[in-house]
Amino acid sequence: MMEWLTHGRMRLALRRLTAADGPSLLLLHGLGERSPDDCPSVYRKWPGPVWALDFTGHGQSTVPLGGGYTAEILMADVDAALRHLGTATIVGRGLGAYVGLLAAGGRPQLVRGAVLLDGPGLAGGGSGSITPFLPTVDTRQPSPPDPFAMAELALDVRPPDYATFFARQAAELSGLSRPISVCACERPEWLAAVVCELGVEETNLAEALDHHQALAGQGPA
Amino acid sequence: MEVSSEQGGERFVFDGARAPDRRRDVDAHGVRLAVYEWGPADGQPLILAHGGFDFARTFDVFAPLLAEGGFRVVSWDHRGHGDSAHAELYSWMADERDLLAVVDSTTARPCAVVGHSKGGSMLAHIIQALPHRFSRFAAIDGLPFRKPPPDVAERARVTTMAKEVSSWLEHRRVAATLVRKPADTPEQLATRRARMNPRLSSDWLRYLVGQGARKDDDGWRWKIDPSLRMGGFGPWRSRWATDRLPGFPIPLLGIFGTENEPMGWGVDPEELRPYLPAHARVEVLEDTGHFIHIERPQRTAELVLEFLQS
Repeated sequence: MMEWLTHGRMRLALRRLTAADGPSLLLLHGLGERSPDDCPSVYRKWPGPVWALDFTGHGQSTVPLGGGYTAEILMADVDAALRHLGTATIVGRGLGAYVGLLAAGGRPQLVRGAVLLDGPGLAGGGSGSITPFLPTVDTRQPSPPDPFAMAELALDVRPPDYATFFARQAAELSGLSRPISVCACERPEWLAAVVCELGVEETNLAEALDHHQALAGQGPA
Repeated sequence: MEVSSEQGGERFVFDGARAPDRRRDVDAHGVRLAVYEWGPADGQPLILAHGGFDFARTFDVFAPLLAEGGFRVVSWDHRGHGDSAHAELYSWMADERDLLAVVDSTTARPCAVVGHSKGGSMLAHIIQALPHRFSRFAAIDGLPFRKPPPDVAERARVTTMAKEVSSWLEHRRVAATLVRKPADTPEQLATRRARMNPRLSSDWLRYLVGQGARKDDDGWRWKIDPSLRMGGFGPWRSRWATDRLPGFPIPLLGIFGTENEPMGWGVDPEELRPYLPAHARVEVLEDTGHFIHIERPQRTAELVLEFLQS
């Protein structure tokens, strides 16, 4: 079942993959991906509804004109989903892992933990100053995903201290023990810095889901 | 020469202001940009970039002075500003791509550029990305520089940023429904803008209402997209741009004022000077705020024309 959300002038597609009473699990896709049509088997045991959000410019969500993407705008996409769901545990792949971390720190009372997985767009555009560059966007490419999203979000810089700010916010304000689980093998600098923070654990997906299932049952902080 | 415009039954006039000689649109990947030109159509192109929360018609005095130097002065309203379309997304990169669309629509040859405030900072970046497209750059209080962060406890810094993030997310939740507050008269709207432009005359601010606002059924309001918001947060650091200035690839003129004000950047040219390339020229206008080209249009135009023609 599809729910349609509003974020600014965009319409976002929020797909409910399973229906059950209990805490919500929100899946965030990687750069250039879209929500799955069916619930991946690994999430079938989650004791509540499993949802998946199409970011702006991806899947069935609005493809804006003329680009202008930032990871922060996608964090606000997630916030639009949280407004609908109330609270949710997040599992993010690649770009969705980074955005999930931002959301966990930006809305620590609403995000009941985040699991960060490998996937497209995990590294972004590096840690800091890069050679000034204005990408030429090939608008002949099939869309969605929006070619502007592909070009701009691949250049999105992610300073380690910026990422750790959000990890600390989640750790200090969510009231949860170890709210961030890192299951990614790829370790861009921002993620290497995040795993050094209190409240962050390195683990595998199965164990992370067990941990977050327990956290989700604790209710709002 | 006095040129007036009329809107909503009101007449708007300012001594020295001149409406653009030509007006056209540029399609920037689906976003319509309003483009304005002053001066001879066959003159040497000179691109003029306005600052954040401004619009091209704020150059109605300054641009004609540059055009008198023989230039074809081209400016545009940034997306969401003035008469350009309101977009779904806004970002620095999108603004730079829009800028390039305006340059592409004007000339394929290297051209001179002038930028105020955010417009200057955008140009400083795109010139380094595409140095072959630009010939000379004049920045009017538009060079990136930030003093080191204040010596406050880490916790205080974290608290400040947390508030910014939370406040921005709340803004995004209502962005689609925001409407700018109307004013009963152009004078009221001008008075409201004076809070952010305290050094600019009420006559000038009233003139701007005629160019950057419209009269709706319930009153006068600025055309700027109400979903736009000042300030904010993000991963980008101004010092990255400052550190690159020593290798700036084309002749550079930096014009600065001396007086801080709400929309100003607080850039001290003496602090910035060590980062400027040897060829850079710095001019400081005393008793002048952030809107140097509006407070001192004649002197600013003289400096820019002298720099462009040297």
